[in-house]
Amino acid sequence: MNFTLKVWRQTSSAAQGKMVEYTASNISPDMSFLEMIDLVNLDLARNGHDTIAFDHDCREGICGTCGMYINGRAHGPARGVATCQLYMRSFKESEPITIEPWRAKAFPVIKDLVVDRSGLDRIIQAGGYVTVDTGGVPDGNVIPIPKVVADEAFDAAACIGCGACVAACKNSSAMLFLSAKVSQLALLPQGKPEREARVLGMVAQMDAEGFGGCSNTLACEAECPKEISVTHIARLNREFLAASVK
Amino acid sequence: MTLQSKIPAGPVQEKWDNHRFGLKLVNPANKRKYHVIVVGTGLAGASAAASLAELGYNVTSICYHESPRRAHSIAAQGGINAPKNYKNDGDSIWRLFYDTVKGGDYRAREANVYRLAQVSGSIIDQCVAQGVPFAREYGGLLDNRSFGGAQVSRTFYARGQTGQQLLLGAYQALSKEIDGKKVKFYPRREMVDLVLVDGHARGIVARNLITGALETYVADAVILATGGYGNVFYLSTNAKQCNATAIWRAYKRGAFFGNPCFTQIHPTCIPVSSEHQSKLTLMSESLRNDGRIWVPKKAGDKRNPREIPEDERDYYLERLYPSFGNLVPRDVASRRAKEMCDKGHGVGSTGLAVYLDFSDTIKRNGKEWVKQQYGNLFDMYHEITAENAYEVPMRIYPAVHYTMGGLWVDYNLMSTIPGTYVLGEANFSDHGANRLGASALMQGLADGYFIIPYTVGDYLATTSFPPVTPDHPAFKEALAGAADLTKRLLAVNGKQTVDEFHKRLGKIMWEFCGMGRTAAGLTKALTLIPELRSEFWKDVRVPGSAEDFNAEVEKAGRVADFMELAELMVRDALQREESCGGHFREEYQTPEGEAKRNDEKFSYVSAWEFKGQGAPPELHKEPLAFEDVKPSQRSYK
Repeated sequence: MNFTLKVWRQTSSAAQGKMVEYTASNISPDMSFLEMIDLVNLDLARNGHDTIAFDHDCREGICGTCGMYINGRAHGPARGVATCQLYMRSFKESEPITIEPWRAKAFPVIKDLVVDRSGLDRIIQAGGYVTVDTGGVPDGNVIPIPKVVADEAFDAAACIGCGACVAACKNSSAMLFLSAKVSQLALLPQGKPEREARVLGMVAQMDAEGFGGCSNTLACEAECPKEISVTHIARLNREFLAASVK
Repeated sequence: MTLQSKIPAGPVQEKWDNHRFGLKLVNPANKRKYHVIVVGTGLAGASAAASLAELGYNVTSICYHESPRRAHSIAAQGGINAPKNYKNDGDSIWRLFYDTVKGGDYRAREANVYRLAQVSGSIIDQCVAQGVPFAREYGGLLDNRSFGGAQVSRTFYARGQTGQQLLLGAYQALSKEIDGKKVKFYPRREMVDLVLVDGHARGIVARNLITGALETYVADAVILATGGYGNVFYLSTNAKQCNATAIWRAYKRGAFFGNPCFTQIHPTCIPVSSEHQSKLTLMSESLRNDGRIWVPKKAGDKRNPREIPEDERDYYLERLYPSFGNLVPRDVASRRAKEMCDKGHGVGSTGLAVYLDFSDTIKRNGKEWVKQQYGNLFDMYHEITAENAYEVPMRIYPAVHYTMGGLWVDYNLMSTIPGTYVLGEANFSDHGANRLGASALMQGLADGYFIIPYTVGDYLATTSFPPVTPDHPAFKEALAGAADLTKRLLAVNGKQTVDEFHKRLGKIMWEFCGMGRTAAGLTKALTLIPELRSEFWKDVRVPGSAEDFNAEVEKAGRVADFMELAELMVRDALQREESCGGHFREEYQTPEGEAKRNDEKFSYVSAWEFKGQGAPPELHKEPLAFEDVKPSQRSYK
């Protein structure tokens, strides 16, 4: 397969960026999308050109490092997968491919397709944890948790923090990301003692980082590689309201 | 120098308690005066940084990722062991200890392994308290499953994403300390050197991966939790950024390297499909609980697997090992798969794969049940191969997964450089020649939550620290050295890319220092690797600049280190004239094709000392004593 790529190139956060065209030739349908970019980069490196910068690591869809806006979709056309799990068989021969970084005020571009997502870490630091120090905890089986509750908490905890929800939202809202952690810890007994401070702190941090409000379009759920449900946003809203009126 | 393992005296059950009592304590009010750097934020690093900050130490945490949550611990799937005996199936600390020493083929320290088994129950309790959503039974209690190398169900799990959930637990604990200003965290920093003052670790040099600037960090102790070096093979299940640079540079500063040749090849990975493949994907070996491994009895049988009748299939693990069957340890399962493929029974287009078949389980328990247990793994397999494993058997093949070797540490997890501690996969300590499934998460968290918080205090309390600033000549020398290395890499300006060299190195290692090793092959590799290394330094092309976000510069430094480490691995494999665990020397096997140890001559840890660039390293031996688990020929029949 052969493709013409239009890729966002930007040398640094301060620099002006632009789309640049590249050709990807002799691509096998069994190659992953990132392997296709590797091949383009191999060619660039051989010729002494600066390679296309992009974040990636585990290449099995769990670390949350990779993330590209491909043909106007976060993580590209396939559903329920991160960019690294996208295979070239998802594209038609010679289909033009446009690749951009996550676009959000709270995710400034570092270089090319690499953005700064540290705002998501600061949201977790604002209360997305249970205050328990190492040692002195009870036996794991002292706190029974009904399987259905544990399973629902797990569904929320599956978030990989890639930021696709932010990139997909027209308001660049981090509500799905935030709600996943709030929901997980609100469902579990371990998270109950701090539930109010947690939701208030995390929402305040989200606002401070410059993420927008929920657009209610459900674009986040549609593009989430882990298919996190927007019902967690509903739980977040309830938690927030309950904590606010107290 | 002689190796001091510092294993406490007394019965194995009492060693850790006695030792802890003997460790000196730092007064709570004085803890904040001590500065500890933790490099890496995986299970070992994040848990160590959080626990030390909780105690009151002044902690700096750095990692090369953009966020602590990206560390490769996140990709571990199957689970974490703890002998809680919740299943009432006869488990105990002693049994986990026994299984782990045996599973490691009697090449691990008994005292370390016992301590690991001892603290493992506390890890589960800690993680539950943090809100880690472990799998539960309908009654609300924690669920367990069985795993390779054990006949009891002691593995705690969170679907197929146990590593992710445990890492997020440790990451949240770390986030809590960052929020409380007890930890200073620096992302996108790669440690490029360890700085020694008067023989003690006093800081590091790190490269800022965004600006390319070299930065210095001063401390009283340095903890390396930087993971394994499986990427020396290029293709492995490790994440793409995993590298050996931090431990390798520490080795060159005087930290001995323990058992470098002990590599784990994991049996259940998705086979290689083409030359362009950038990494391999593991599927949790929990699949072996319910999947049956087989190949066609007739070599070269290319029929569709569904058309091969039952009596023309060879369920070779069940045939060879009736009691453990498909649950034999990883090294045994991998070697047997290779053997089947070498004899022409391999399947798929490359012939380098065996079947892992769920049809019997689907018949017995239904598709929904299988989906509930393994759904995400079946999805992953489908994404990569476009095949539906509910309909056709999976194809699997072994791939490099874990390195049991690593920097040599004593019982306190301190390397041969005073003040440098090494945790998790980066050290050599607990798994011997083969790691059992669900033991890596256990070891990373044991080191970080429950061992280093005690042992580092003893060092700080008993050492005097003259004031040191980044202006100290040792820091200047390390900075200059790191800058010079990058400059030299950029100056080569040759024709081949870093990746091309890395792939060639990987092929040499896979062929000569992979699943089967021979004196002739290893000797050949000892010529090929230095040749490739000198070609690398003459013909590598690193585009762009050092003062920039530049992935090629990052990779070049890492591959330069792999080129040196590869040679040490081969030397180690060559000197160990026996087979044990993942180290299979074809010359040393039983008539049935099992690994044949030579306890008389090789019951030791090999610890290699760097003797200068270009000079052969010196081998030191730490003898292993087995007082509680009597070494025997491992049998899983």
